[in-house]
Amino acid sequence: MPLQVHHHDLGAIELTILGSVLLAAALVCALFAAGAAVYGGRTGDRRWVDSSRRAVYSVAALLTTAVVILEIAFVRNDFHFALVADHSSTTTPTFYKLTAMWSSQEGSLLLWAWVLSLASSGVLYITSRRHREIVPWATAVLAGLGSFFIGLMIFKAQPFGHLDPAPAEGVGLEPLLRNPYMAVHPPMLYSGYVLWSIPFAFCIGALIARKLDASWIRTTRNFALLAWTFLGIGLLLGSRWSYEELGWGGYWGWDPVENAALMPWLVGTAFLHSVMVQEKRGMLKVWNVSLISATFCLCLLGTFLVRSGVLQSIHAFGASTVGGPLLVLIAVTAIGATVLIVTRLDQLQPERRINSLLSRESIFLVNNLLLVGMAMVIFWGTFFPLISEFFTGEKHSLAAPWFDRYVTPIGVLLVLFTGIGPLFAWGRLSSGAAKRLLLWPSIATAVTIAVLLTVSDAGHHVWALLIFAFAAFALVALWGEFWRAGATRHALTGEAYPRALANAVGRNRRRYGGYIVHAGIALTLIGIAASSSFQTNRDLRLQVGQTAKVGDYTIAYRKLTADPQNERIAFAARLDVTRDGKHFATLNPARNYYPTQDPTAGPIGRYFMGDSTSEVGLKTGAGGDLWTAFQPDLSSLNPAIVRGNRELRGLPPNAQGLAIIALAQHYAQDPPPANFKVIVNPLVGWIWIGALIAVAGAIMAGWPALESRRRLEAAYRARLGRELGTATPPN
Amino acid sequence: MDPSRKRKIRLVVALSAAVLLAAGLVYTSFNASSEAKEPSQLAGSNPNQTYELTGDVVPGSIRHSGDQLDFRISDRDGSHPIPVTYTGTVPDPFRDGREVIVTGKYQDGTFVGERDSLITKCPSKFTTTTSGQSS
Repeated sequence: MPLQVHHHDLGAIELTILGSVLLAAALVCALFAAGAAVYGGRTGDRRWVDSSRRAVYSVAALLTTAVVILEIAFVRNDFHFALVADHSSTTTPTFYKLTAMWSSQEGSLLLWAWVLSLASSGVLYITSRRHREIVPWATAVLAGLGSFFIGLMIFKAQPFGHLDPAPAEGVGLEPLLRNPYMAVHPPMLYSGYVLWSIPFAFCIGALIARKLDASWIRTTRNFALLAWTFLGIGLLLGSRWSYEELGWGGYWGWDPVENAALMPWLVGTAFLHSVMVQEKRGMLKVWNVSLISATFCLCLLGTFLVRSGVLQSIHAFGASTVGGPLLVLIAVTAIGATVLIVTRLDQLQPERRINSLLSRESIFLVNNLLLVGMAMVIFWGTFFPLISEFFTGEKHSLAAPWFDRYVTPIGVLLVLFTGIGPLFAWGRLSSGAAKRLLLWPSIATAVTIAVLLTVSDAGHHVWALLIFAFAAFALVALWGEFWRAGATRHALTGEAYPRALANAVGRNRRRYGGYIVHAGIALTLIGIAASSSFQTNRDLRLQVGQTAKVGDYTIAYRKLTADPQNERIAFAARLDVTRDGKHFATLNPARNYYPTQDPTAGPIGRYFMGDSTSEVGLKTGAGGDLWTAFQPDLSSLNPAIVRGNRELRGLPPNAQGLAIIALAQHYAQDPPPANFKVIVNPLVGWIWIGALIAVAGAIMAGWPALESRRRLEAAYRARLGRELGTATPPN
Repeated sequence: MDPSRKRKIRLVVALSAAVLLAAGLVYTSFNASSEAKEPSQLAGSNPNQTYELTGDVVPGSIRHSGDQLDFRISDRDGSHPIPVTYTGTVPDPFRDGREVIVTGKYQDGTFVGERDSLITKCPSKFTTTTSGQSS
């Protein structure tokens, strides 16, 4: 080996060693932070607490450097990094090189630890002069978690493993992950998981310090909202990816890994609501600390399910080494939180009781039970293979219909509550006021049912009908809330109505942002109900020139085109779609074939035998989607491939490339019949439109308040405190 | 009725409802589930019972005939291959050697898959390595 190359090798290997050293230093800092925080918390010595906070900042700095080193290696195709060689290649587009880091377990752990260190630093910076009793313990929890994940990377799954000599070419990113949604999905999901650790850590801190007023909730409120939003965006992107990339046309399959992300989101949603009851009414304290602990345990469980391979899943990532330690962490978290809650029960007594069923707190309680109930159903179904194995010795699994049977009715009730909740006031609502508030939404419900029964066959889909009706209820109720807010201010101040509305909403962004989230969720559920109940789904086998009718659409298969490139060969079908005799759309569903590294496939065969992915042909509209996927039959190529493998072996890559291009184009001129999957999916786009509206609402609700509004809030809190006779300390 | 008594009644009603629902959940889940089997465990099984068959696609066994897909599934160690017939959606990653799950019935030595029940496990993103030396 020439000397220069050897030198280069050494430089790259030093970089991988530097990465490992950074991780080791981060572990030392995180362990020190945890120890110093505990010591500072016990002795009350602020210097140790300050020191632990600075140690957490150092962890963030060290991990940021490690991430940068790894990303630079990905961009530079430095295959001395085992991670780069296994998950990237010179032909991987640059954007996907950057995102390839988290397609690996090691890279995902690094991402997790890095986001955790950043979020911890953020919350500790904000609270550096506040909550002196709680912060040391919260720091200890966060630093302990950080130590755990950094320790996993050092002892179980090293992101900085090196290869010497480096291979000339990497394996490349798994083709199914080369999709913009999938590139952004893992960081969103992980950020969601990780951010839930902030309210959890402060809850544990409050429990240990026995400071169980609502201050820990107020401090971490926006972190919880952010966690909820990120987790929601993660779910959203994952479902969209499934819809566009996996070639089956569905967006949700009750797969264990999907359920694993949905469960903490549901329980977290319950938490976001029930903390309001504690803030405003001083109730549900035990419930809140239990909910946040459960949410965080479910986040860890989600990570565990993805990594451990204990459940059969289409995502089963293979048995992994980090499952055992994660299970220990989940057990420690669950048991620790339970012990703390039980020993602090006397301090978690409610300040008052629920007096009336016609009150916001009782509606919130019911909504909480529904959300937690839904999460428990999903939990049971997800873990049923393990449960049944425990009782019967045989693994039984539950399919989508079982989940639908339970989740649908709960979902229907939840839509109703997205509308009822905002209408009811805290404390007690007179039955006259309740009647007045419920009048218009109820009329909307009745009209929706009547119209749908006359113009559609919704009568055969009772659950879907109920969702539409209750969504109408919710949307009209929410509309009324905005209308009243504007009208009241207009009457009080004399401002023009639009201005009055904007001011009224702007002054209570948390409330109205929440209502926008509700409206978005109602739209999403309309999309889910419509697309799952009224979908037309056909499998076709067509020759070039043939047409088929699916629903109102006539689909003509015009031609097949081949697009051979370095990275992949794409075969695309051209479909001309007409409706009522008029041109509706031209769709180009395609299938991409990525070369395999398997030498037995042969020099020509390897371009046709590797992974393939679907590029669906999609025409999106407000009324619904026309979704098409394409599966060419390449078996007629087999004789030519076998001959090519034999005759072209040993030729330079250029000549082989020409042969492959010729082969692909020859196939495209006279292709055999191909399989198509066509789905007419009514209103499906509203799932994601509604979700985007919900995200916008969440951002609005969590947007940091202006200084003037803070003063207003402080004054309000002081007044509330006087009225309740329990002055809340300023924080 | 005094409030605390009212609350107690509410609690009892809510708890009984929860217990009833939980019982329904347990009952239906044992009824609706399908048993997961590997090919070697299918011998002598009930032809009217639905199973979830898990195993690897035997290389070279995939045949398309019209809409129908015929292939063989073996245990993960490659033993006990059995023929499978299937119609419906074929997931992207389906190919020789892949681990798949298909739901259906085992009749006269052939496993007849339900329409659209074929699931391919993601080609494990975390186990591909160019060399044995990584990490």
